[in-house]
Amino acid sequence: MYRYDEFDHQLVGERVKQFRGQVERRVSGELTEDAFKPLRLMNGVYLQLHAYMLRVAIPYGTLSSKQMRMQAHIARKYDRGYGHFTTRQNIQFNWPALDKIPDLLEELATVEMHAIQTSGNCIRNVTSDQYAAAIDGEIEDPRIISEIIRQWSTFHPEFTYLPRKFKIAVTGHDNDRAAIKLHDIGIVIKQNELGDVGYEIHVGGGQGRTPFIAKKMADFVPKAQLLAYLEAVMRVYNMLGRRDNSYKARIKIMVHETGEVEMRRLIEAEFAKIDASQMLAVPQAEIDRISAYFASPEFENLPATSATLDAAQAQDADFARWVRANVVAHKQHGYGIVNISLKPIGGVPGDATDVQMEAVADLAERYSFDEIRVTHEQNLVLPHIRLDDLKTVYDALNAHELATANLGLISDTIACPGLDYCNLANARSIPLAQEISERFADLDQQYDIGELKIKISGCINACGHHHVGHIGILGVDKKGTEFYQISLGGSADENASIGTITGRAFTEETIVDAIETVVTTYTDMRQTDERFIDTYRRVGLDPFKERLYAE
Amino acid sequence: MAQHSSKGARFQAVTANRLSDGEVVYLSPDNQWAETFAAADIADGPEAGDALMARALPADFELHVLEPYLFEVLQDGTQYKPASVREIIRAAGPTVRLDLGKQADAKRES
Repeated sequence: MYRYDEFDHQLVGERVKQFRGQVERRVSGELTEDAFKPLRLMNGVYLQLHAYMLRVAIPYGTLSSKQMRMQAHIARKYDRGYGHFTTRQNIQFNWPALDKIPDLLEELATVEMHAIQTSGNCIRNVTSDQYAAAIDGEIEDPRIISEIIRQWSTFHPEFTYLPRKFKIAVTGHDNDRAAIKLHDIGIVIKQNELGDVGYEIHVGGGQGRTPFIAKKMADFVPKAQLLAYLEAVMRVYNMLGRRDNSYKARIKIMVHETGEVEMRRLIEAEFAKIDASQMLAVPQAEIDRISAYFASPEFENLPATSATLDAAQAQDADFARWVRANVVAHKQHGYGIVNISLKPIGGVPGDATDVQMEAVADLAERYSFDEIRVTHEQNLVLPHIRLDDLKTVYDALNAHELATANLGLISDTIACPGLDYCNLANARSIPLAQEISERFADLDQQYDIGELKIKISGCINACGHHHVGHIGILGVDKKGTEFYQISLGGSADENASIGTITGRAFTEETIVDAIETVVTTYTDMRQTDERFIDTYRRVGLDPFKERLYAE
Repeated sequence: MAQHSSKGARFQAVTANRLSDGEVVYLSPDNQWAETFAAADIADGPEAGDALMARALPADFELHVLEPYLFEVLQDGTQYKPASVREIIRAAGPTVRLDLGKQADAKRES
C-alpha cells in the first residue's frame, strides 16, 4: 500500500483547511452559491435530491483495513450508517451536512484519504484492475504507474481547468477488468519483443450521451516517456477540446471529429515538441520508493490445492457454490482472490453498512495482508486469501450478508444511484436492479444462464455503464414518468463494444418482463457453453427484437 | 437540470435545498422554508406561480437555500401532490430506503 510522504500530507492538510474557510464564508454569506459551487465540487461535494453527497477517492480502488474502518466511522458519524461504492472504485456518502464536511475531511486525512479529483474538470482519480498483483499473467502491478499518474496529475496547474472531466484507467493484464477502452485515456502495460516494459495507449473512449470505444494511439510508449506522452495528449486536448458546448467537450468527441489519424498526428507532433532534456522523468529513487509500497506480500509456500478447502466444500454445498462463483485463481499457489458481492438478492448494488465495512476490514487485516479492493462493478475484493482460510472467511462474510455467490451473473448488476438520490437522473435504477435480482433469485437458474452483465443507468450520463452492459437499461423521463430503454451487446472488457438499442422503451411495469424475454430468447438459442454476449454476437439483434416487440 | 414544470401547469410550488444540510424545503405561505410538502404554498395559475417564485428570491435567499425552482403540482381531491416522480421522491425520500428521508420522519412522528 502506498503511504503518504510529507508532501502528500501537507497537500491534503492544506486543502482541508482551505475548504473549511470556504464553507465558513459560504455559510456567512460572503460567498455566493455561484462562487462556492466550483469550490465544493473540487472537494467532492455534490448536491443531490435529498442532501449533499460526498465522494471520497479510493486511488486505483485499493484500501487498507484502517482506511475501510474510517469509511465505516464516517458512515456512522456523519451519514446514515452506510456508504455506496461506485463504478469509479470510489465511495459516496449520501447525507453529510455541509457544515460538518470539513470535520469529516479532517478525519479522512488521518488515514491518508481525501475527496480531491472526484469532481470538476480535472484529471480524476485513476482507476485500475481490482486483481492487481494477485492475478497470474500480469506484466506489472498497474498500481505503481497509477500512483505516479496520481501524483503527477494532482493539482497539475496546466490540467486543472480542462474543457471537461478526464478519466484515466490502467491495466497490467490482457484481460481487461478496468474498462480501459471506455476511458479518456486507457493504458495497457505491455512487454515488447526485447522484454522491455512500456505502455499501449488508448484515447477517446467514454460513455454518456455519445459513447465511443477508445482508439489506440500508441502501441508502445517506453516507460520513461509515459508522463511526457500523457502531457502531449492533455495539451492537444486542452488546446483543441471544445469549451463552447459541455456535451461536446470530452476528448472522445474531439477524437471522433478530428479523426483517429489526425489525432495521432497531433499527439505525436506535440510529443515531439517536448525536448528530451526537458522531458518529465520521475527520478529512479522515487519510482523505487513508490514501487516498494506495492512489493508482493510475503506469501507462504503452499501446495496448489488445499485438503481443508476440499473437505469444507464437500460438506457445505452453499460454500462450494460460493467458491465456484466468487473465488478466482491466484498467481500464488495455495491462495485465492475472494470477490465479495455487494449485490445481495433484493439489495442495493454497491451499498455497504458501517458494520459490513468493519467486517470486511477485519477479514482483510487478518487474512488478506491488510488489503481490500473496490471493483468498478461495485463489489469488493480480498485479494490474497489462503485456500485453507476460505471457509472461515466465507462464514464471516455470510454472517454479514456478504456471501452472495453471484459474481458476473445476472443479479450482479451495476446500477447508478438513479432518481432515488441523483439530481441528474430521469428515472430510478436501484429498484430495477432489485426486481431483476428477485426475479432471478434462484442461484441454480443464474448459473444456468451463465455470465450476463446487466448495467442500469438512470439517465444518459451513463454512470451505470448501460452502453457496455450485455443487457443495458437506460431510464428516460417522459412527462415526469419513468420509462426504460433496453440495449444489447455491449461489453466493457478487452473486446469492448457499445450496445444497440432494441426499440421503443418499456414502462416500469413491463421492463422486468422484457428482460426475462431477452434472457429466454438467449437460452432458447444458445449453443453449448455459449455465453449471452457470444450468442448475441452470433445471431444479432433481430431475434431479440422480434420476441420483445411481438404483438 | 430537467424542466420541473410544464407550460400548461396550473398549480405550482417552490422548492429548494437548505444550505446547511441540503434538506429539501418548500416555500410556505408565511415565506418560511418548510421541511414538508404539506406546508408548501400552492400557486394557482402562471402569474401566481411567478409571484411565488419572486417571493423565494429575496436579496438574502442564498443564506438559507440553494437553487429554488417552481415545480408542477396536481390537485388530488382536496389535497395536492407533486406531479413528477422526481418531486414525489424529493418530498418523501429514496423509494429504496423507506427508513430514510422525510418519509421516515413522518413515520416516527405518527
